[in-house]
Amino acid sequence: MWKIFNIEVYKIFRRPRTYIAFAAITALIVIIQLGLYVDGDSYVDFLMSGLKDSFDFQGKILNGYLVCYILLQLLLVHVPLLIALVAADMISGEANMGTLRLLVTKPVSKTSFMLGKFLAASFYTLLLLIWIAFLALAVSTWLFGTGDLIIQKNVYVVQISQDDVFWRYAGAFAFAFLAMLAVTALGFFLSVFSENSIGPIVATISIIIFFTIMSTMSIPLFQHIQPYLFTSHMVNWKEFFDEKLDVSDNVIKGSIQNVQQLYNSAIVLGIYIVVFVSGAIIIFKRKDILS
Amino acid sequence: MKLLFPFLVFIFSLNTVQAQDAATLVSKLKEKLQKVHDYEAAGVLKTDVAFIKAPAGKIIVYYKSPDKFTLKRQGGISILPKGGMNVNMASMMSFDYLAIDAGEAIVNGVNTRVIKLLPKDETSELILSTLYIDPLKLLLQKVITTTRSNGTYEMLMSYDKYASYGLPDKMVFSFNTKDYKIPKGVTLEFNDADKADMEKMKNKKGKVEISYTSYIINKGVSDALFK
Repeated sequence: MWKIFNIEVYKIFRRPRTYIAFAAITALIVIIQLGLYVDGDSYVDFLMSGLKDSFDFQGKILNGYLVCYILLQLLLVHVPLLIALVAADMISGEANMGTLRLLVTKPVSKTSFMLGKFLAASFYTLLLLIWIAFLALAVSTWLFGTGDLIIQKNVYVVQISQDDVFWRYAGAFAFAFLAMLAVTALGFFLSVFSENSIGPIVATISIIIFFTIMSTMSIPLFQHIQPYLFTSHMVNWKEFFDEKLDVSDNVIKGSIQNVQQLYNSAIVLGIYIVVFVSGAIIIFKRKDILS
Repeated sequence: MKLLFPFLVFIFSLNTVQAQDAATLVSKLKEKLQKVHDYEAAGVLKTDVAFIKAPAGKIIVYYKSPDKFTLKRQGGISILPKGGMNVNMASMMSFDYLAIDAGEAIVNGVNTRVIKLLPKDETSELILSTLYIDPLKLLLQKVITTTRSNGTYEMLMSYDKYASYGLPDKMVFSFNTKDYKIPKGVTLEFNDADKADMEKMKNKKGKVEISYTSYIINKGVSDALFK
């Protein structure tokens, strides 16, 4: 399996398509950073407009931590589309090129073959997130400096001390990796059914868009099924950026408001990953490889 | 009828005397506070507003006579109610006013004289300021201020080590907060708010608490700090 993993990683990074995601993310992050660097204060004024009527803020609101949060909010919704480009091509791409039949004639079990391919796709997802973390967090803190993080929720504002922020980002990126892994698993699962890449890529993107819309609409019918949609849980990395209060309404440093929500979401995402990957392996094992 | 005129004169003169007393007491307090030309004070700031979760943080407050005041949170952001956070005592009385005696009241277990200050300038931002002054120690225990644009706010002071300068060890600033709700498009938070959270937000009174740990008084403060 390790050998298959290495070969598949090599193949992924030999394809120009792989670098589209890295280029797109770099371009997006750089353009947003540039915009905020040039005219970030106006943007912060707009963000804080609900509060600035009643409160004065003294200190640097627009810092690297806030820029990273803005970037993650904007990007983590779209990254699944970029992951689908690679994950949904893992099996269907081989079938399209006519190399799948050749590959399964090798003395490797189909399970190992599939797991090796899935791990390679997961590695690509991991590298993509590390790249986002580097650009969004490391470069932003270098450009904008550090400071307290102020986040606006629907009905309240959270201020997190700067010495209490970094571990939250580490947790958020780890959680985002789990969420993106669910997307990888979905694309990988769909790639088993097709003999060309376009179908599974478009299907993965369509499912994500469809589920995301259902997850965000406050219609009672949808609200019943929202807890079961993986897209509802993908955005819960934000839970790392909310703090608990003690009985005297003092913020408990280093706390997370809703840890249970994080656990639940991680479990749901884990179940999706296991179901999609197991499903892909079972279907692949039963499938006649004709291409 | 013959007795009514002298009675009215007596009542009027009594009011004038009381008004003079009130003005004298405020002037004495003002004189005491004006002995502090500048200070640098270290303390802890705690913001207690229903819809703001902010950790308590160390602050340094700088004041320079007559009206320069700034509050800096060490490496962080401080959230303060707009307009009203004029934490310096002397500048609370640095306008042309009419002092009216409004009786006595007990604040923090201390007997105080209640004096209402009305600004003479009709276009003034300040509408009314009610001072609760401890006449024995010449300390301002409580202030209720009504302004045109920032509503009414209250300041409650407690004194200890720096009472001789009229500087408080603790100051609690209470104010009314407006509704807070911003569009989901701005927050990018698409989940509906928790009902318990919504209930909690209905508490509309906000508080900012500053506990001072030390003052450096009349040792000079650079103007650059107020830029």
